[in-house]
Amino acid sequence: MSLSAQKREVIKLDQLLTILNNKSDSLLVLNFWATWCKPCVEEMQEFLRIEQELENKKVRFIYLSLDFKRDFETKLVPFVNKRKMKSDVFLLDEPDYDAWINIVDPSWQGSIPATLLLTPNAENRHFHEGQLTYLELKKIINTYLP
Amino acid sequence: MKKIVILLSMATCLFLFSFTTDKKGYQVGDDVSDFNLKSTSGEMVSLASYKDAKGFIIIFTCNHCPFSMAYEDRIIALQAKYKAKGFPVVAINSNNKDVSPEDSYEEMIKRAAEKKFNFNYLYDSTQEIAHQFGAARTPHVFIVEKQKSNLKMKYIGAIDDNTDEPEAVTKKYVETAVDQILAGQEVTTPMTKAIGCTIKWKK
Repeated sequence: MSLSAQKREVIKLDQLLTILNNKSDSLLVLNFWATWCKPCVEEMQEFLRIEQELENKKVRFIYLSLDFKRDFETKLVPFVNKRKMKSDVFLLDEPDYDAWINIVDPSWQGSIPATLLLTPNAENRHFHEGQLTYLELKKIINTYLP
Repeated sequence: MKKIVILLSMATCLFLFSFTTDKKGYQVGDDVSDFNLKSTSGEMVSLASYKDAKGFIIIFTCNHCPFSMAYEDRIIALQAKYKAKGFPVVAINSNNKDVSPEDSYEEMIKRAAEKKFNFNYLYDSTQEIAHQFGAARTPHVFIVEKQKSNLKMKYIGAIDDNTDEPEAVTKKYVETAVDQILAGQEVTTPMTKAIGCTIKWKK
C-alpha cells in the first residue's frame, strides 16, 4: 500500500466515476456509509478489522460517506480521527441521489450501508445492500482477491 | 404415489417462487392491497376509511432517521396542500422496536405530538406492510391512485432531489406526480431513488 497520507475530502460525481473505474491493480472495496447510520458504524468495526488483516494484500478500501456536507468538519473528520482510519474517506456531495444511485448499481434501493467490490479496471463487480458481518465480508473479499 | 410426490414438490417450488417474487414488493402499475394499521391517535386506519380520497401519498418513515427528520416539515406541507385535493398523506413506521427503540409506538405518539403531525402516522408492528410494499428505506414514498374498484401504484421513490437543503430543491417528484395524476396525465417520472436509512428489520 502507498505510504502517502490518506485523503479526507469532499468529492463530486466526476471523482466518484473515476473511483468506479478502479484503474489500479488492487481489489477495491467501496463502502457507502454515514456517521449517523448505526448499522454502518457497527459494520465499520468489521471493515477496519479485515483491513488490518489484509494489510499486505492487493486490496484497497475506500469509505464513501453520505453525511451532509455541512457535517464534514464537525462530524465526519472527528469520527475518522477517533477511529484512526487508515484508508481514504470521502464525503460525496451530490444531493440529487437519483442521478447517481443506479450508476453505482441498478439494484441499489438507496439504503445504507452498501458495499461495492470492484476488481482491477472494474472488470468484475459485486454489490451488497445492507450490513455485512465479518465472515460475510471476508468471504466476498476472498472470492475476488487478485 | 410417486406422481403425488412430484406434484407436491412442484407445488412447493411454485409456492417458494411466488414467495420470493412477492418479497420484492410493488412495482409501478401494480394493484395495491389495503391495510389496517394503528394510528398514533389510537384508531385503526385503512385506506378504505378515507371515503373521499382520490388516492394516497403513502410514506414509510420513522422517528430516529436523520433523513426522515429532514423531511418532516415537507411531509406536513404535502398533507396541507394535497389532503384537500383528495391525496392525503399516510405515514407508516415499520421499524422493529427492539432494533430501534426510538421508533416504538409510544415514541411515535410523542413525535407526532411534538411536531404536530397533521396526517395519520401508523405503526406497522409486524413489518408485513413494509414487505408488501417493498419499502427498503426511510423515507420511501408510494403514490397510489384510487380507481373504480382497485388501487393502482403510480409512483415509487423520493420526495424531492435535496434532503438537506429544502431551498435548493429543483425537482419536487411527489408534487409533480400527484399534480399529473390529478390532471389525468401520465406520471412522467414514476420511479426515483434516494439515500435513506434502512428499515430496521426484526433480527
